[in-house]
Amino acid sequence: MKKTFRLEGLGCANCAAKMEKAINELDGVKNATVNFLTTKMVIEAEDEKMASIIEQAEKIIKKIEPDVVVKKA
Amino acid sequence: MKKQLGKIIVSTLLFLLALLTESFLASPFSFWLAILLFLASYLLTGGEVILRAVRNIRGGNVFDENFLMSIATIGAFVIGEYPEGVAVMLFYQVGELFQSYAVNKSRKSIAQLMDIRPEYANVKRGEELVRLEPDEVAVGEIVVIKPGERVPLDGKVLAGYSMVDTTALTGESVPREVGVGDEILSGCINMNGVLTVEVIKSYEDSTVAKILDLVENASSRKSRSEKFITRFAQIYTPVVVIIAALLALIPPLVLPEATFSDWVYRALTFLVVSCPCALVISIPLSFFGGIGGASASGILVKGSNYLEALAKAEVVVFDKTGTLTKGVFKVQEIHSENLSAEKLLELAAYAEHYSNHPISRSLLEAYKQDIDNERIGKVEEIPGHGIVAWVDGQEIMVGNHRLMEKMAIPYYQGELGGTVVHVAVNGGYAGYILIADEVKPDALKTIEKLKLTNIQKTVMLTGDTHEVGRKVAQDLGIDQVYAQLLPGDKVEKLEELLTQKSANGRLVYVGDGINDAPVLARADIGIAMGALGSDAAIEAADIVIMNDEPSKVVTVMKIARKTLGIAQQNAVFAIGIKVAVLILSAIGLATMWEAVFADVGVTVLAILNSFRTLTATNPG
Repeated sequence: MKKTFRLEGLGCANCAAKMEKAINELDGVKNATVNFLTTKMVIEAEDEKMASIIEQAEKIIKKIEPDVVVKKA
Repeated sequence: MKKQLGKIIVSTLLFLLALLTESFLASPFSFWLAILLFLASYLLTGGEVILRAVRNIRGGNVFDENFLMSIATIGAFVIGEYPEGVAVMLFYQVGELFQSYAVNKSRKSIAQLMDIRPEYANVKRGEELVRLEPDEVAVGEIVVIKPGERVPLDGKVLAGYSMVDTTALTGESVPREVGVGDEILSGCINMNGVLTVEVIKSYEDSTVAKILDLVENASSRKSRSEKFITRFAQIYTPVVVIIAALLALIPPLVLPEATFSDWVYRALTFLVVSCPCALVISIPLSFFGGIGGASASGILVKGSNYLEALAKAEVVVFDKTGTLTKGVFKVQEIHSENLSAEKLLELAAYAEHYSNHPISRSLLEAYKQDIDNERIGKVEEIPGHGIVAWVDGQEIMVGNHRLMEKMAIPYYQGELGGTVVHVAVNGGYAGYILIADEVKPDALKTIEKLKLTNIQKTVMLTGDTHEVGRKVAQDLGIDQVYAQLLPGDKVEKLEELLTQKSANGRLVYVGDGINDAPVLARADIGIAMGALGSDAAIEAADIVIMNDEPSKVVTVMKIARKTLGIAQQNAVFAIGIKVAVLILSAIGLATMWEAVFADVGVTVLAILNSFRTLTATNPG
């Protein structure tokens, strides 16, 4: 399953790279990308783990850049 | 952003005031006043940075730019370099402001390039028109598209006639006509008439959604330079910070004359250039700009790795039919022994009237006039040979050389590049009609231009006969031809070609994606052409050319080389300047002012440089 989110207020390219790396390391994630330019995050993960992955991903994002708002695209 | 600017201006004024106080008023009181003003100025610009640094440390992120800037500036205060501390923070904030302006601008121009998303659909529900989001419309519903509106979903025209602008999808500026029964693709703009369209694909399967998805996700397939930068950024900051720490501690302990404040100052300068931001932003931006620029001219690139590989292309292999040629058979030459050419064509067209063979269709098309059925008598088809028909009471034989041999009629046996249809009237040879596929108008120019670049070899693969293959290759100036290949043979030939190229060179295969998916997949870079509306081709290829012009291959190669060049310039420039500043500050030649200026300046220049990829689209 693939889900796309918009990261409003994503302001730092290095942070986007850090988020991408951390989310990719989560259990059950097949592939995650955080695109600094389109401010889009795409997570591809196993269906049953998706909900918890999204929750963890939001935490990671908040930790790296607290001003970012995660929205469904 | 305005608030940020206001803060910077006030802070700058305070800073200038502090500098004046410090240099012109010579009393103990003025010294403290200056420090107070420096502090006020510093906190106004840098307070936020320090807050963020503290928050991030609590979150477990130590080496981020906020932290580094805070340490560098606070350190400057501690060793008594007040103006430096404030100036570094000020410059840093000015740089950030400029950077976010540049990033916003590039985000906007990229969004503009991809501004093909339809916003609404006018759906007919009963007698009423309801305005809905395109993804709320089901297959089979009827939508009405007014002039000036974007086609929301792929569909079939039920009523109306109009011209549609397909520029956004194909890069083609000539509008296309559509009428009842025609398919219409989402993302196009309806220009003049009102169209009533039956939806044939849901929004997520529609052309526009597929294209957007493809381009937006292109960055997930990263190029080698992007991967390098990510890894570089991960080790660069910690390494610089560690060196800075060593620089502050070791020389003062080891060298007799070295003072702590001097070496701490040098170490703090290190911290100022320790953020890899210039690289991390500008390189992906270059690639994204290249991909965006390509999609604006009707070329979809599925990942920056393909753009990078394309810049190293050495061999270009083309499929013939549908790629270099139009894939439609057309009468090219009529050679008649004693009748007029028109008469020969007329007789052949009459004889072939009832046949559905593509060759017969092209004869009828060339003849152009209506067929009078009364004139045709008995018709007999001899499979694999041709047709024997009675037209106007004459026995007409139309077919290949086997038919002539079977009927023992002497015929023209020279080599011709195409399918030859021999015609005999009442048992005597009357002449032949040459039917061949037509070369696309820009094919010759494409091959010529490819040869001017660093492409070493052009090759053509075809399932057609050797004569036809040789003729087309000769006309176009292609170096090598392999003819009479079955689809499976094409993969084999391609593998053979792959072994012949140099280790660093890349092989590009250009096909129409209809029956050459395995070949597209096997090549280093598979380019599918004329893919508008063909899902299979979009799936199989790495790069998709939306219209059917082979010259777009040249365009995308040009974009690829320019993009890679800009990315490399940025990498060399950014790393070079940083290393230079590091060396200069280690030996005590660079001040903190210069370091922060270099750091911010490099980032801004690199971003501006990568903007150039967005305009790399015009082939010259």
